[in-house]
Amino acid sequence: MRWGVVRFPGSLDDADALWALGQVMGQEARALWHKDEDLGGVQCVVLPGGFSYGDYLRCGAIARFAPIMKSVVRFANDGGLVLGICNGFQILCEAHLLPGALMRNRSLSFICERVNVRVENAATPFTCAARQGEVLRLPIKHGEGLYVAPDDELRAMEERGQVLLRYTDAAGHQRDAANPNGSTRAIAGVANETFNVFGLMPHPEHAVEAALGGEDGLKIFRSVVMSVERKPAAASTAVSSRSSI
Amino acid sequence: MTAASTIETPVALAGEPAVDLEQARAHGLTDDEYRSVERWLGRTPTFTELGVFSVMWSEHCSYKSSRRHLRMMPSKGPRVVGGPGENAGALDVGDGWVAVFKIESHNHPSFVEPYQGAATGVGGILRDIFTMGARPVASMDSLKFGAFDHPRTRYLLGGVVGGIGGYGNCVGVPTVGGEVMFDAAYNGNILVNAFCLGLARRGELQSARAQGPGNPVMYVGSATGRDGIHGASLLASAEFDASSEAKRPTVQVGDPFTEKLLIEACLEAMQSGAIVAIQDLGAAGLTSSSSEMAARGGLGIDLDLDRIPLREAGLTPYEILLSESQERMLLVAERGREAELEAIFARWDLHAVVVGRITEDRRWRVRWRGKLVADIPAVALTDEAPVYDRPARAPSKAAATFGAAAGAASNLGAASNAAFWPSPAAALRRLLDSPNVGSKRWVYRQYDSMVQSNTMAGPGGDAAVLRIKGTKRGLALKVDSNPRACALDPYVGAAATVVEAARNVACAGARPIGLTNCLNYGNPERPEIMWQFIRGVEGIRDAALALGTPVVSGNVSFYNETEGRAIPPTPAIAMLGVLEDAGRRVAPFFERPGDAVILLRTAAATLAASEYAALFAANGGSLAPLDLERERALIEGLVAAADRGLIRSAHDVAEGGLAVTLAECCFNPDGVLGAEIDGMPDRGGAEVFFGEGASAVVLSAAPGEVESLRGLFDGIEFAVIGRVIGEPRLRVAKVIDEDVPELRQIHEQAIARRLAANG
Repeated sequence: MRWGVVRFPGSLDDADALWALGQVMGQEARALWHKDEDLGGVQCVVLPGGFSYGDYLRCGAIARFAPIMKSVVRFANDGGLVLGICNGFQILCEAHLLPGALMRNRSLSFICERVNVRVENAATPFTCAARQGEVLRLPIKHGEGLYVAPDDELRAMEERGQVLLRYTDAAGHQRDAANPNGSTRAIAGVANETFNVFGLMPHPEHAVEAALGGEDGLKIFRSVVMSVERKPAAASTAVSSRSSI
Repeated sequence: MTAASTIETPVALAGEPAVDLEQARAHGLTDDEYRSVERWLGRTPTFTELGVFSVMWSEHCSYKSSRRHLRMMPSKGPRVVGGPGENAGALDVGDGWVAVFKIESHNHPSFVEPYQGAATGVGGILRDIFTMGARPVASMDSLKFGAFDHPRTRYLLGGVVGGIGGYGNCVGVPTVGGEVMFDAAYNGNILVNAFCLGLARRGELQSARAQGPGNPVMYVGSATGRDGIHGASLLASAEFDASSEAKRPTVQVGDPFTEKLLIEACLEAMQSGAIVAIQDLGAAGLTSSSSEMAARGGLGIDLDLDRIPLREAGLTPYEILLSESQERMLLVAERGREAELEAIFARWDLHAVVVGRITEDRRWRVRWRGKLVADIPAVALTDEAPVYDRPARAPSKAAATFGAAAGAASNLGAASNAAFWPSPAAALRRLLDSPNVGSKRWVYRQYDSMVQSNTMAGPGGDAAVLRIKGTKRGLALKVDSNPRACALDPYVGAAATVVEAARNVACAGARPIGLTNCLNYGNPERPEIMWQFIRGVEGIRDAALALGTPVVSGNVSFYNETEGRAIPPTPAIAMLGVLEDAGRRVAPFFERPGDAVILLRTAAATLAASEYAALFAANGGSLAPLDLERERALIEGLVAAADRGLIRSAHDVAEGGLAVTLAECCFNPDGVLGAEIDGMPDRGGAEVFFGEGASAVVLSAAPGEVESLRGLFDGIEFAVIGRVIGEPRLRVAKVIDEDVPELRQIHEQAIARRLAANG
């Protein structure tokens, strides 16, 4: 399938996402430039990690106004798959494609380490290659990953199954010590109501090779491939509608 | 020497202070140096010119005290592509790749303003690397703080680590390793040495040598402001005293976002072939990069300050020329291709502006508002800057800054009762809890060590290991220093530091191929300091020659003193190694129960310069002499053992000695193991368990491989001292029998617990 990775000024893990998708998984993956509006007929847009525009105002707050984001929002509203990793998750929240917001870690410092996350809903295009309740080992590296949302919103999200990943210990138990950044309800990743937009703080693109410390991140990307290939008709319709942009 | 080709003479500007000997002294020039300035010009310098001379002839920029000694260092070898003279050296690492790397100090700024000082240290070293045409792929840092309980340490530690992370994490270069030490000897003068490694395709290295008279000079990056003026001369080239706090405005402020744009834009612009020469604006800003590029090419340069992008109105020529605002580059373009370059930089939202031209007449000439404000022979600022052969004298024993019990003299303030000798088990626990021995996780957890997807072994082991994508190759990196040993003997200590860095790289299975050094010393105007420095350079030279690891780049930081008290001599060595097959890399952790545990040593251990001596106020005695041939044999053996796949783990015996090393070997992150050590090679006291004097390595290997291994270490003490066990206990010679998870917890919390304690 065709993937597009948006490159904002200050994006850092764009090359890693392209490497994971293109070189490790053999997918067709291309960079999308922030000043363009054309998504080039991709079937999933990845907003990568990094510090877009230096994150000087507020993480993701400036990136949401980049020309390409107009197309990404339209694409998402048309049902296209959008995956936001770390800074990409922050941008998706700023762009209101996902509920909630990300605040400074409770330690007030940047954290880079491997953590465990439990798959809370395996019936989505981003998690269907994993088992319900499966624990994935993925790296995090962020200073602002503490997820917050209003209580009633959180309750509704939980009911609809929008919380896709939660920080746990290796055995899959939710414990405060296993919550690296203090996220509300230990939330590590959430989807929108229609499950075509997903944002997560952990970096699946940094867990795709055993030689570099793990392969669990492949499950996220493979889920997308599975869900796209399972619905060839829907995907091609989406492509044709996009080509008119 | 007179300016025959010019009719104009630079003019004094309205409101500028008069230039005389007093003014020159205030700028840090000696009387002789000022007279030399007058001779170069054949007249009195303008105020602007005086400022320019004062920074370019400062110790920091001119290396005037060190230059003649640095020539001793071996800088040639079959792999060397570029050496000292360019911004950083380069080594051929195979398959068409060259590695460019350098380490540089940012000690003084970091002490005055820890966050920005450390951040801009990272930014500066990154620019030194990508200006060579290499993409920065890894950073490391060597950090020295005062005693952990010193009132400023917590502030400085938090600021420095925050600054390194804040900058490094934001530019997308992983921080893959480093070292952190706490010792009262650094209470008044911390050390922050930043290292960067870059990779370039062979044949695509960029030059910093101007060519082609008439070629335009372009300025790229951040606008110029008033920050960092006289950072090089006043801050970095003088000792600390009570007024140092007031020098905070000389510290620059970093903008990692612009740096990231500069990296991408410059690397793209270099691909166009339109860049003739390029150099970053580092110490002494516009002045140094423009005069150095011109002088290297045997050419001159005309600069027009009215075209320099400014952050605010009203900057004087003096300020524009001396500003050390960050994230700026100067390049010489091929004439006629300016628009092409402008377009590339514009794509990255950066402005490239023509600010001058290369000239034939070898003069560095500056105009501002139509007036000539400086006109100086370019070489007078660079190659012809003063060079000193400062007197050097070995200190008398009694006067030595750090006596035989260096550790005790500069200890952590932990042990007050020298009569108390702990049991080996208690000492092991105390050592694991020392911030110098314990895990540095609190520090490196704040650094992105993964970005770029090359990190096979990140922080927390011996050497870091990176792969080179598209090849089977790997690179191993380690930065080391050993100030306690250098305090006892600046020659042996420096040589031992080179050997230690090489041994760490070899423990990962890589062949050490070259090094960069950052030489941190006190005031070179004092003969004992100069002696320490020269002995240090000699030690590095001899070890580098013995190991065949050329010195490809380096940096000297003098004046690391506060109120007359110098730091111990602290040469930091960063070693690069190559693994032909990255898949054969070796980790420090035991892997399989039943494996033999082997101790390799080049000499018997002593407590000299050890953490044990520091912690328990023990007299460590003197350093054992270093047999460089034997050290080389140990390193060769390690590389061969890894290459043949004979070993499962290798861990260097470092701070804390053998007992600590054995414990660390058990801390496998994939699941702790234990060890039964019943064949210690010698009986005796603390030096056997906790001595650090000798070069030693702990290996583990399948029992069937032991005899093949032995054959690789001819002339090295080789002893099977025990075996790896599944039960998570560390048992050593019937005197240590400890629970490994408990030891690991102590080790893990050494820094974090102290920071949490009196929060």
